[in-house]
Amino acid sequence: MAEFWTGYAWPAIWIGLQVVAIVIPLLLCVAYLVYFERKVIAAIHLRRGPNVVGPYGLLQPIADGMKLFFKETVIPTGANRGVFIIAPMLTFTLALIAWAVIPVGDGLVIADINVGILYLFAISSLGVYGILMAGWASNSKYAFLGGLRSAAQMVSYEVSMGFIIISVLLVVGSLNLSDIVNAQRHAWFVIPLFPMAVIFFVSTLAETNRHPFDLPEAEAELVSGYNVEYSAMAFALFFLGEYANMILMSAMTTILFLGGWLPPFNVAPFTWIPGPIWFAAKIAFCLFIFLWVRATFPRYRYDQLMRLGWKVFLPISLAAVVIVGGVVLAFDIQSLVK
Amino acid sequence: MIIQSLAFYLFSIVTVASAVMVISARNPVHSVLFLILAFFNSAGLFVLLGAEFLAMILVVVYVGAVAVLFMFVVMMLDINFAALREGFLQYLPLGGLIGLVLLLELAVILGGWVIAPDVAERAAAPTPAIDSVNNTEALGRLIYTNYIYFFQAAGMVLLVAMIGAIVLTHRTRPGVRKQKISEQVAREDSIEMRDMPSGGGI
Repeated sequence: MAEFWTGYAWPAIWIGLQVVAIVIPLLLCVAYLVYFERKVIAAIHLRRGPNVVGPYGLLQPIADGMKLFFKETVIPTGANRGVFIIAPMLTFTLALIAWAVIPVGDGLVIADINVGILYLFAISSLGVYGILMAGWASNSKYAFLGGLRSAAQMVSYEVSMGFIIISVLLVVGSLNLSDIVNAQRHAWFVIPLFPMAVIFFVSTLAETNRHPFDLPEAEAELVSGYNVEYSAMAFALFFLGEYANMILMSAMTTILFLGGWLPPFNVAPFTWIPGPIWFAAKIAFCLFIFLWVRATFPRYRYDQLMRLGWKVFLPISLAAVVIVGGVVLAFDIQSLVK
Repeated sequence: MIIQSLAFYLFSIVTVASAVMVISARNPVHSVLFLILAFFNSAGLFVLLGAEFLAMILVVVYVGAVAVLFMFVVMMLDINFAALREGFLQYLPLGGLIGLVLLLELAVILGGWVIAPDVAERAAAPTPAIDSVNNTEALGRLIYTNYIYFFQAAGMVLLVAMIGAIVLTHRTRPGVRKQKISEQVAREDSIEMRDMPSGGGI
């Protein structure tokens, strides 16, 4: 019995607590990201944004959540019930499980696995299934078109994202996320790899179906795209999944290019602030750019989107792999960053 | 070890069950979804074997890219389910034969294991040993040294397949007006920069 407790029960409880410690703040962040988005876009539009529910409108996300929670879930008659119900769950689950490998501070990570960045890449490439399944199972042409657009878009931009991740990995010489952050002690990778950082960020916009690449939703032509038939909590799960993915992609950008939990300079006033706070601040900065882009740029046309992905980003990122690989080999960069 | 065994049985049962569902599901989209589930659980089996790199590559390549395109096509096909069932008996002997061949191959491997247990040690082993480097590095060293020609040949096969697909599907249509973004941007009067006062319009 004692062996059962020390061998199985306590580790299980400990893992459960760690999961709760990641998921609860994440869901709160998602709720307040929506508030942040509305406030930022309101400021850019010279409006006030939500300001009625609670002080400064701070309770608005909770009110929105309650509204969605108490609505009725409607499943269309022609829908493929099983797939229709699984799709939002899949989207939401995938947005959460990626956080298992994200290091929020030095050693503060649930699973410090060898292939961390590949795991993140794999999980983010699975995200397309939720949308594709929702689009197909809804049995509606708008939802179907949205799902197809989304699938093509995510597959296209994943390719250049993969190549940029490879060019970062060539510099670091490891697939472990903590190693990637530690390799940026001397200089964040955004400085030597600036063009790749920009391409990566734009690709994450396309990967999360955010403006200016939000063609899968395109409310003007597809009503709301893949989630048009969803209501109540099923819709809320898509919504939460999309915003959690935004935070995840910002975290990936932070880890790969902005030095993760590291302070900008390794001197006194900066090192007083603990690592997780730097990490959160950098994620917030990336999220701000997400919202800023949304308020600034018009939506791309679909052929322009495909052109950008395949004819601009793919050649540049392929060239980046070759050039970075050559430089790393010639100047022995990997031993410099170790 | 109990947890590992439980995880192994979970993954393998789901893999086999979903593989059966791939061929027995009535709806082809469900088949593809079960295929994806089978891939995903095989990735879980790879993780249990300690081959985490292969597991992730399986998810990235097969689940994240190949199966997406597969599903894309299957979803857009206009399939007559009744006609699809008619050919079932006709193809049964061929399918059964392929299954039998696979079963025999498995039996040969398993038999080799039982008759000559030391045969596994003769296969190329990663240098340095697997416990001193992680398996990404071990795999890389093996592929890029002993098996470099096979690896390059596989790359060439994929390249030829890619070029073939492009040549077969590419057609040049006369009279198509294409947008040339570089020309548009390079036009003198296309972009005008203005300083905007905060809070005001043009």
